[in-house]
Amino acid sequence: MFVPCGDWVPDLTGFTLLMPAVSVGNVGQLAIDLIISTLNMRKIGYFYTDCLVPMVGNNPYATAEDNSTELSTNAEVYSLPARKLVALQLRSIFIKYKSKSFCEKLLSWVQSSGCAKVIVLSSSHSYQRNDLQLRSTPFRYLLTPSVHKRIQNKIESLNWQEMEKSPCIPQMDDSEFCVRVPGGGITKTLYDESCSKEIQMAILLKFVSEGDNIPDALGLVEYLNEWLQIIKPCSDDPTTPALPWKIPSSWRLLFGSGLPPALF
Amino acid sequence: MAATFFGEVVKAPCRAGTEDEEEEEEAGRRETPEDREVRRQLARKREVRLLRRQTKTSLEVSLLEKYPCSKFIIAIGNNAVAFLSSFVMNSGVWEEVGCAKLWNEWCRTVDTAHLSPSEAFCVFYHLKSNPLVFGSCPRRNMQITILTCRHVTDYKTSESTGSLPSPFLKALKTQNCKDTACCSLLEQPNIVHGLPAAVLSYCQVWKIPAILYLCYTDVMKLDLITVEAFKPILSSRSLKGLAKNIPQGTEVLKKLMTTNEIQSNIYT
Repeated sequence: MFVPCGDWVPDLTGFTLLMPAVSVGNVGQLAIDLIISTLNMRKIGYFYTDCLVPMVGNNPYATAEDNSTELSTNAEVYSLPARKLVALQLRSIFIKYKSKSFCEKLLSWVQSSGCAKVIVLSSSHSYQRNDLQLRSTPFRYLLTPSVHKRIQNKIESLNWQEMEKSPCIPQMDDSEFCVRVPGGGITKTLYDESCSKEIQMAILLKFVSEGDNIPDALGLVEYLNEWLQIIKPCSDDPTTPALPWKIPSSWRLLFGSGLPPALF
Repeated sequence: MAATFFGEVVKAPCRAGTEDEEEEEEAGRRETPEDREVRRQLARKREVRLLRRQTKTSLEVSLLEKYPCSKFIIAIGNNAVAFLSSFVMNSGVWEEVGCAKLWNEWCRTVDTAHLSPSEAFCVFYHLKSNPLVFGSCPRRNMQITILTCRHVTDYKTSESTGSLPSPFLKALKTQNCKDTACCSLLEQPNIVHGLPAAVLSYCQVWKIPAILYLCYTDVMKLDLITVEAFKPILSSRSLKGLAKNIPQGTEVLKKLMTTNEIQSNIYT
């Protein structure tokens, strides 16, 4: 359930909700971190649930001493009212058998809060690509049928590649074809539930392998930016910074602590 | 999937935990209504029960309703428990008011009724003599203190963890906790998970003042030096006035250590 930080529930009518699917390489979550950090979004509440493994830590987007001591939990909501954007960040994995329950609770909140549409940032196993997918762009999109025609037209004008259907049961030769997102976590469940509840949802994903997924996250936010224009695209002006996206301070030491000098 | 140098193809674990979900999805397709019903029944049987320890009858009201308090201290893990037992519960008269038993399908017994008293691993005590520790204050005025340990290799720092002066204390506190911690706060990108995180998350979301003192140590079993690393907390607002006799506490702790050492020596 959504619990606001302050004493009143913010009005999210007409807002676009950005959220990650906990998926291979954690690319969706890294991408949402970049968006929250770059746009300096303000925390407006928590999504308090027993479906995610509990975790806490200090403010992952801290920029200075005075803002580094705010406690963060495993599911938090941030907003940028000027752009009518709200972002949900998920920071831990689902407890066994609780992912479907989470999707139901989440979508029920989306409907009650009046959000206009949901954009899910996700990823899929790159080793599961077929020959055609291996030769094309690694980015894909999916739209639920209730997505507004205006958005469908915009996506079409960007020449994006829709996620292809694949055999429902890969081992069977005569299996039916359906949308599958291997390694995508709750992506497929969110998509199916949104279709049946007539929620406007767009899924943006990238085919990735696990490893250092920061470049994948940067790629995914640039892909999203082509559509939403969250930040100005890279220009030829030499004064603009090379990297328009702000890396959060919590991305330090992603591969562990320092090494003992005696090792060398 | 990953290929190894030996020519095998192995299923590499996914750090996003998605292979569990795919198994669930496949299991979901194969599962019959009977399977779903069995799972629902098991979920219903899972319980956390609060009992009066001596009589083993359930508490009729929640513990905090029966014993409202302004300070709630939780120790998780053997070193944190040893610290509280030796230094805090050794001063004043503490009365055992209840225990918590829990059951889920991973327990080896059939249900909570069959759990033996020694398996009640969560016991509640309240201080009879000190009105500060129990008094009829609304929940908002309650301060929660959590003590626990973690292995020093869990601590991320730009230096090597081998060079850290363990054991050392770090703290995390909720927004509404205005107390100054008696040690430095846990720096990014370090996180805490498990029961301490669950308690702190609850307190942060529902605006209850709470502070977690985390001792990073390289000895996870009961250890004198690790327990003594918690000592600075005795002068903090959380535990102020609760530890009356520190030298006596140290003696109690030493006795606790020797009892444990004898028990763990398989050669005598």
